[in-house]
Amino acid sequence: MADITRQTSESRTSQSLGEAAMMPVRLAMGVIDAPLRWVQKTFGLGGMAAFFLLPNMLIFGIFVLLPFFINFAYSMTGGSALFLSDRTFVGADQYTRLFDCSNYLAPNTCAEDTFWTAVGNTGWFVILQVTLMIAVSLITALILNRNLMARSFWRAVFFFPVLLSPVVVGLIWKWILQRQGLLNFGLYGFGFDPHVWLNDRNWAFAATVGVSIWAHMGFYTLIILAGLQAIPKDLYEAAEMDGTRAMRVFSRITLPLLMPNLLVVIVLVLIRAVQIFDEVYVLTGGGPGTSTLFVTQYIYETGFAAQLRNPGLAAAASILMGLVLVVLTLMQLGLSRSRDKKGARK
Amino acid sequence: MATTRTKTMLAAFAVGLLTSTAALAGDVRIMWYSDGVEGEVLKDLIGRFMKDNPDIKVTIDNVSYSVVREQLPVQLEAGDGPDIARVTALKALSKHWLDLRPLVADAAYWDTNFGDQADWMRPDGTDQISGFMTQITLTGGFANKTLFEQAGVALPGKDATWDDWAKASKQVAESQQIPFPMALDRSGHRLTAPELAFGANYIGADGKPAPIDEASKAFISKFIGWIEDGTMSKDVWVSAAGSTYRAGADDFINGQVAFYYSGSWQVPNFSTKIGSNFDWVATGSPCGPANCTGMPGGAGLVAIKYTKNPKDVAKVMDYLASEPVVKEFSERTLFLPAHKGVIEKGLDFKTDDAQAKTALGIFVTASTSLADLARKLPGWAWSDTIYGALVTRVSQAAAGEMTLEEAYTRIDADIAAKVKDSAL
Repeated sequence: MADITRQTSESRTSQSLGEAAMMPVRLAMGVIDAPLRWVQKTFGLGGMAAFFLLPNMLIFGIFVLLPFFINFAYSMTGGSALFLSDRTFVGADQYTRLFDCSNYLAPNTCAEDTFWTAVGNTGWFVILQVTLMIAVSLITALILNRNLMARSFWRAVFFFPVLLSPVVVGLIWKWILQRQGLLNFGLYGFGFDPHVWLNDRNWAFAATVGVSIWAHMGFYTLIILAGLQAIPKDLYEAAEMDGTRAMRVFSRITLPLLMPNLLVVIVLVLIRAVQIFDEVYVLTGGGPGTSTLFVTQYIYETGFAAQLRNPGLAAAASILMGLVLVVLTLMQLGLSRSRDKKGARK
Repeated sequence: MATTRTKTMLAAFAVGLLTSTAALAGDVRIMWYSDGVEGEVLKDLIGRFMKDNPDIKVTIDNVSYSVVREQLPVQLEAGDGPDIARVTALKALSKHWLDLRPLVADAAYWDTNFGDQADWMRPDGTDQISGFMTQITLTGGFANKTLFEQAGVALPGKDATWDDWAKASKQVAESQQIPFPMALDRSGHRLTAPELAFGANYIGADGKPAPIDEASKAFISKFIGWIEDGTMSKDVWVSAAGSTYRAGADDFINGQVAFYYSGSWQVPNFSTKIGSNFDWVATGSPCGPANCTGMPGGAGLVAIKYTKNPKDVAKVMDYLASEPVVKEFSERTLFLPAHKGVIEKGLDFKTDDAQAKTALGIFVTASTSLADLARKLPGWAWSDTIYGALVTRVSQAAAGEMTLEEAYTRIDADIAAKVKDSAL
C-alpha cells in the first residue's frame, strides 16, 4: 500500500515537473499562435511555407547572393581602389583581358598567362585528385567495414588528419618533403640519394595531390562507410548462398546501393578540389615556378597579395570560377535526378 | 511599458557594442612586425612612455611581416587600420599616412634629423612628415668565413666582382660538399642591387618605368645561368609563385651556402642564431661593371591618417623619434639608425659579438658609396611594381617555365599593365 502511495506521489511529481518544463514552450506557442494563424489566413498554406523559408533565404541572400552581385560589380571596374564608389567602370575589359589568348592550351600566348596556367593546373589537379580521392576513400571504407581487429582505432587513424588545420597539414608535409626534410633523411639513411621533391615540377604537383588526399580522405571515407553500413545484410547473405563472386557482389549490390553516397562524395570532392588553396599555399607557395599555382591562389595574389592589387581582375576570375562550380553542381543534380527517375521506373 | 523597456535595453546594448569597437580617447594601437628582438625593445620603451603618460594607452599588435605586407594595405584602403604601423611599402601607401607636421612638438627637429628619408614616405610634391625610419637597411653580402678557411680559398677582397664571388664560392662548395655556393633572397629589391651594379636604369624620361634595359638583362641572364649550373641556390627562387618573398637566411645560418646576398637587417639575426657555430663576415656588395652599389631601404614607423586620436599619436611618435630613444633602440636592436644626430654622435651597439659589430661597421661604410639611382629608388612610386614583376618572371625563368627573352617581354608587359591600371 505504502509502495503504491509512493509510486503515485512520484508519478505526480514527475508529471508536475514535466508540466513545469513545458510551460515556456506553451507560453511561446501561445505568443506565436495568433500571428501564425494570421499568416495562414492571409497568405494561405503556400504563404506559410514561404514564411518559414524566409529566415533561411535572408541569410542566403545576405551572405551568398549579395556578395556574388557585389563581386560581379567589382569585375566590371578597374584600378586598385577598394571601394566600389572609387572605382572606374570598365565594362567587360577584365573578362576580355582574361580571355585575350591565341591558344588557351598554351598559356604563354595569353595576356594573363598566369591565369591560364592556374586554370590548366586546377584542371589536372581536379582530374587526378577527384579520381584518386574517390578510389582511396572507397577502398579504405570497404576495408574498415570488415571485421578488423581494433576497427574503431583504425577509423580514428584515418579520420585524424581531417581535424588538422590546413596550415598545419602544409607545414607537416613541408618538413617531410623539403631538402633537409624527414623523407630525404630516411632515404639518405638507407643509402639513396636525396631528392628535392618540392623543387621538381612533377613531384611538387604529385605532392599537392597526395597531401590533399591524405588530409581529407577521412571525411569522405566516413560518408562512404555510413552508406556501406546502410546496405541490408540479407542481400549479401542471399548472394553468398547463390555463390556469387566477390567482384559481382561489389558491382551489382555494393556499388549501386552506395551510389547516392558516392554522388554526394563526388560533388563535395569536386568542389573542394576546384577551390584548393590553403595547404598548397603553405606547402609549395604555388611553385616551383607556377607549377602548383591554382585558380584560388591566382585570385588571392591578384586581388590581395600583389604589390599593385587588381581587385577587378581578381573578381572577374572568381566569377568565372563560380560559374564552373555552378555547372559542376548542376551536373551532379542532373545525375542524381536521372538516377532517381530510373529507380522509380524500376 | 514592456516595449519601451525592451527598446531601451536594445539601444543600450547597441551603444555598448559601438563604444566597445570604437577607439577610446588616449588609445593608440601600433601594428608592429619583428625580424629580431626589436619587438621586445619597443615593448620596453613603450612601457616607460605609458608610465610617464598615464592618459595614453599604447597597445602593440605584434604581427608577421606578411600581415603588414598583405593585410594592412586592404585595411587602409577601407579607411581602417591601426594608428601607427611599421611598414616597408613607404611610398606606395603614402596617401594613407597622417601629416604629423602640425601635430609634432618641433617639426624642425624632424626635418633636420629624418629629412633625408622624408621623401620616401610622403606623397609626391608635399612636405608632409609621415613618420621616421626605425632602421636604415642596406643590401649586402655575407660570407661563411669558416667554410672559406676550411676550403683554403681566400675571401675575395673589397672590390671583388660578382664573378669573383661566384668563382670563389663555387670552389668552397665543391671542397666542403655544401648544396649551394651562393644564395640571394627571392626579392626584387635584392635583385635590383646587382642590376644597378651592372648599370641598369629603371626610370624613364617621363618618370614612369623604363623598359628593361641591356644592363638588367646582363645580370639576370648571369643569375639564371648560375641557377642552372648550381652556383646559385635554386631552392629560394622556385619555392613560390608570384611575388612572394622568400629569404635564404636559414640556409646561411645552417652553413649550407658559402656566400649569401641579403642585407644589414640580417646582422642581429645571424648574431643570435649563428652564435659561435662558425665565423661569418659582411662583405659589402660585390661590384659590377658600373659600380659596387647596394640598395638602401628599411622599415619606417608611420602614423595612419584614419586615427581617431591624432594628438596622442603625435605624442607617441615624438617620443619614439626622440634622440635618446632612437639611440637606445638602435643600440639594443643592432639596427642602423636614420637619425642624423644619433649617427653623428656615434653608437655603442649592445652586443658582445665582435663579428656583428664589425659587420655593422662595414654596412655603415658601404652606405656612403651608393649609386645615385639606388638612393632614388626607395622614394620612387614605381619601385615596388618593378620589384614584383622581376621576382615573378625571373623565378619562372629559374624554374625553366619560360626563356629569358619571354621573361623580359613579360616583365615589360606586367609593368605596362600596372601603369595602365593605376591610371584608372
